[in-house]
Amino acid sequence: MNKDLRKVLAFPYILWMIGFTIIPLSLIFIYGLTDRNGSFTLSNVLSIFAKDHFKALLLSIILSIVSTAICLVMAFPLALTLKSKKLNKGSLIVFIFILPMWMNFLLRTLAWLSLLEKNGIINTILNFLHLPSLNIINTPAAIILGMVYNYLPFMVLPIYNVLEKIDDNTINAARDLGANTMQTLTKVIIPLSIPGIVSGITMVFVPALTTFVISNILGGSKVLLIGNVIEQEFTKGSNWNLGSGLSLVMMIFILISMAFIAKYDKDGEGMSV
Amino acid sequence: MSTSLIDLEHISKSFDGEIVLDDLNLSIKENSFVTLLGPSGCGKTTTLRIIGGFAQADTGRVIFDGKDISNLPPNKRNLNTVFQKYALFPHMNIAENIAFGLKIKNKSKAYIDDKIKYALKLVNLSGYENRNINLLSGGQQQRIAIARAIVNEPKVLLLDEPLGALDLKLRQDMQYELIRLKNELGITFVYVTHDQEEALTMSDTIVVMNQGYIQQMGTPEQIYNEPENAFVADFIGESNIIGGTMVQDKLVDIFGAKFACVDVGFGTNKPVDVVIRPEDIDLVEPEKGTLVGRVTHLIFKGVHYEMEVTTPNGYEWLVHSTDMFPVGKEVGISVDPFDIQIMNKPESEDEEAVGVNE
Repeated sequence: MNKDLRKVLAFPYILWMIGFTIIPLSLIFIYGLTDRNGSFTLSNVLSIFAKDHFKALLLSIILSIVSTAICLVMAFPLALTLKSKKLNKGSLIVFIFILPMWMNFLLRTLAWLSLLEKNGIINTILNFLHLPSLNIINTPAAIILGMVYNYLPFMVLPIYNVLEKIDDNTINAARDLGANTMQTLTKVIIPLSIPGIVSGITMVFVPALTTFVISNILGGSKVLLIGNVIEQEFTKGSNWNLGSGLSLVMMIFILISMAFIAKYDKDGEGMSV
Repeated sequence: MSTSLIDLEHISKSFDGEIVLDDLNLSIKENSFVTLLGPSGCGKTTTLRIIGGFAQADTGRVIFDGKDISNLPPNKRNLNTVFQKYALFPHMNIAENIAFGLKIKNKSKAYIDDKIKYALKLVNLSGYENRNINLLSGGQQQRIAIARAIVNEPKVLLLDEPLGALDLKLRQDMQYELIRLKNELGITFVYVTHDQEEALTMSDTIVVMNQGYIQQMGTPEQIYNEPENAFVADFIGESNIIGGTMVQDKLVDIFGAKFACVDVGFGTNKPVDVVIRPEDIDLVEPEKGTLVGRVTHLIFKGVHYEMEVTTPNGYEWLVHSTDMFPVGKEVGISVDPFDIQIMNKPESEDEEAVGVNE
């Protein structure tokens, strides 16, 4: 295939990228760094330090860290179990595990709403059994639950991927040299799965940090995350400049996360989901 | 039995209903270099894994140094393994790899440093402490894998096809290296390979295995010169395996010609298998030969010529000789009595199954 033809083949995607990634991104930069009259200002970006915004950012960070931690604690043992499964049993479990991911994100989150509601399914069952009802809807706890449920696969898969690639004999070698199960885990398995862990953390933390759908649905309007603040600036407040400025701040977080991945996952192993 | 260090007693093992080892009994002497030799799937690696603790036998016991270790995990066994493809820890440098076992045992830093130095010197890689594992050649990784194992001062070193991934020249160098290491360390080596040349070069004892059974156990000379059955004869080196009749003690009939041999005790007029190594066949003037044939094929192999001599009954004899006989020439076949090895015809199905075509 000659070079010219190859250029032509990439053309649709390049067009797509220019139209839907580069131009919008540039617009966000322009909006974010100007005021309503179009003159340059940093006030949109710096407004992240305004009390309400900063509170929302802080809450977002806390909830994201908590859900990321929960995901990690749940995912690592699961991935470890999947690795040790013989033959294709492991891939069947992975399949079952990924199955919900094929369902629409919004639907999954709405399903949790109907489960957790005051008169929802869980409380109906609890009442029927004469147990105290569960009131976590519209609280940070419900949001964490939604985040963990939605993002857990993004933690499991990269970790499972790197664990899969560890040669059984590398683990056997550790055992052979006298390491017990715990030492094998801490000295060999965990260090070797760092790329997957870092990828997993990033892939859970970044979307959790910027979400507004989960907090909208499971938090009512009572819990405001930075994602909700930005969304409201665009939809309700119609202050696109402020919304773009805050988006730029979030972009910094994303860039930091990308840098982390680049540092720890040089071969892109964890990302090959 | 007093000197045996490892005893495998009635070991059987099957995977998914397929029998890999069937009632295997093996005794390994202290300070010996024992090689488990056989084609892939013969159970040699499984045997090694059972000794190392990475696989559990379905039945039978593993006795090590007088103690039953059948149920001990690998980390509780006083032996170390050099794995196929080395299995070094990619997140550690050379020194850290070698120190792994010693750190687990909480040895002092001075002791560990000493040991690293000693081990690297032993494998001819002094000064490589801080190198990255992933930048080493296959041969170097191999040496590190050995160093990592021996610093723990095991009584037995298990080696699972350690030279399999190396090229020919390096493999030959490493064979001598391993013999030297074994002698310097004075420990027992249990070596697994499918390469008969490796086995013959290095071992004190060769255990030829096929389909989960031990076919023959003996010194390299015994295995090569006195194969007990057709499988061993065929697997170790090249050979002519011919159906013959034992006329009486020290006389065997091959294709109607009587060959003098040195074997006794097979009875009279009994069908037997006769093994004659290609290099043991002397090609002579037709009238001086026990059998007469015609050269039908000739290849120059460097050290010797490889010829095919076809006798009137159609059998093609494989002959190695430094003398060249051109294709079409009529030659006599003569074999010295002690170069003829007589074997019983296979009796059981198990032996029958060990097809000569492996």
